[in-house]
Amino acid sequence: MLHYFANPSRFQKIARILWPLFGALSLILFTLGTHAALVTSPPDYQQGETVRIMYVHVPAAWWALALYTIMALAAITAFVWKHTVADLFCKAAAPVGAVLSAICLITGSIWGKPMWGAWWVWDARLTSMLILFFLYVGFIVLRNAFDDEQRGEKASQILLVVGLINIPIIKFSVDWWNTLHQGATIIKKGGPSLDPSMMPALFLMAGGVFFFCGAIILLRILTAITMKKLENTQKSQN
Amino acid sequence: MTGAWQAKHTRLALILSVTAGIGLAVALTLIGLSQNVTYFYAPTDILASQEKLLKEQKHIRIGGLVERGSIKHAQDKKATITFVVTDLKENVLVRYTGITPDLFRDGQGVVAEGTLTAPGEFTATTLLAKHDEKYMPPEVAKALEKNAPEKNKDKP
Repeated sequence: MLHYFANPSRFQKIARILWPLFGALSLILFTLGTHAALVTSPPDYQQGETVRIMYVHVPAAWWALALYTIMALAAITAFVWKHTVADLFCKAAAPVGAVLSAICLITGSIWGKPMWGAWWVWDARLTSMLILFFLYVGFIVLRNAFDDEQRGEKASQILLVVGLINIPIIKFSVDWWNTLHQGATIIKKGGPSLDPSMMPALFLMAGGVFFFCGAIILLRILTAITMKKLENTQKSQN
Repeated sequence: MTGAWQAKHTRLALILSVTAGIGLAVALTLIGLSQNVTYFYAPTDILASQEKLLKEQKHIRIGGLVERGSIKHAQDKKATITFVVTDLKENVLVRYTGITPDLFRDGQGVVAEGTLTAPGEFTATTLLAKHDEKYMPPEVAKALEKNAPEKNKDKP
């Protein structure tokens, strides 16, 4: 399985079919999700209509964390087994992850001002999420910082794997320390404390974000493979 | 083949040991800093170190629930309010002048920033509201309140 996808040409064939499919699915899910988030889902008993920010904030946060975890696993694969596509995946996914974490931070800030009374506080959850954003940006910078591309690959892969420590810190920050940010709503002991009437909007939007990011990442990998092939052709012609 | 196999394992060992080492360092740092990572202290923590806090006049944050029925508006023109912050064990009286956040109300989670000015009395310069992880429509909340008024109280 691991080696099956290591062949860029084989990957190309599959990704060419998958990315438009993912794009179409994300369009459908976003349409249904936006309708659910803005029309059919109820206001909250405490927060009123402001709660609707959740349907953007939470999917962005989930996939920012999940994507980082997948990237770190891909980085291990690329570092140890010299898996070309795994490295291309990290490179392609990093800007997507950076944007997801930025969306999470910005929507959180817009949500925090009316509800908490502050745009930003330095509590453990917000700070560790900011660090995740810096990890994504740091990876992008480090990946391109060396003239020798292989050195950039290695250094940035190690950064990704080391930064993995931050993921459980983000997830459990609200349990380990007193934070202004409330505890987990969905994945926690005793089941979710989100009313069932709010779940369709949240999960449709989360699905939409997944397929949208998937389509973009696949397309970015395809472009990178094409660029590499083009470079090699030019080299062999000279 | 053996060379490539060995190189692969060296790389695997390298990345795992680097990660484990840095992970350990981060874990130790966080354990060491756990007092500083804490965003606020409960009334019980504050009263336990009350003498030290009063002497040093340190800027701290207190967090807990606004005791129901404890919000009082002072008779001055600066919109000063006083209320009791409780962790259901100990209480601290908080005085605050300024605009309160929308969610500030009886029984709500709250974080106040300021200094301890007298035993059991806290003067806040910033007031933040904290909400819990429950989300539901108002009708559901009403129904829950009707059926089990005590169970539905907010927790910090």
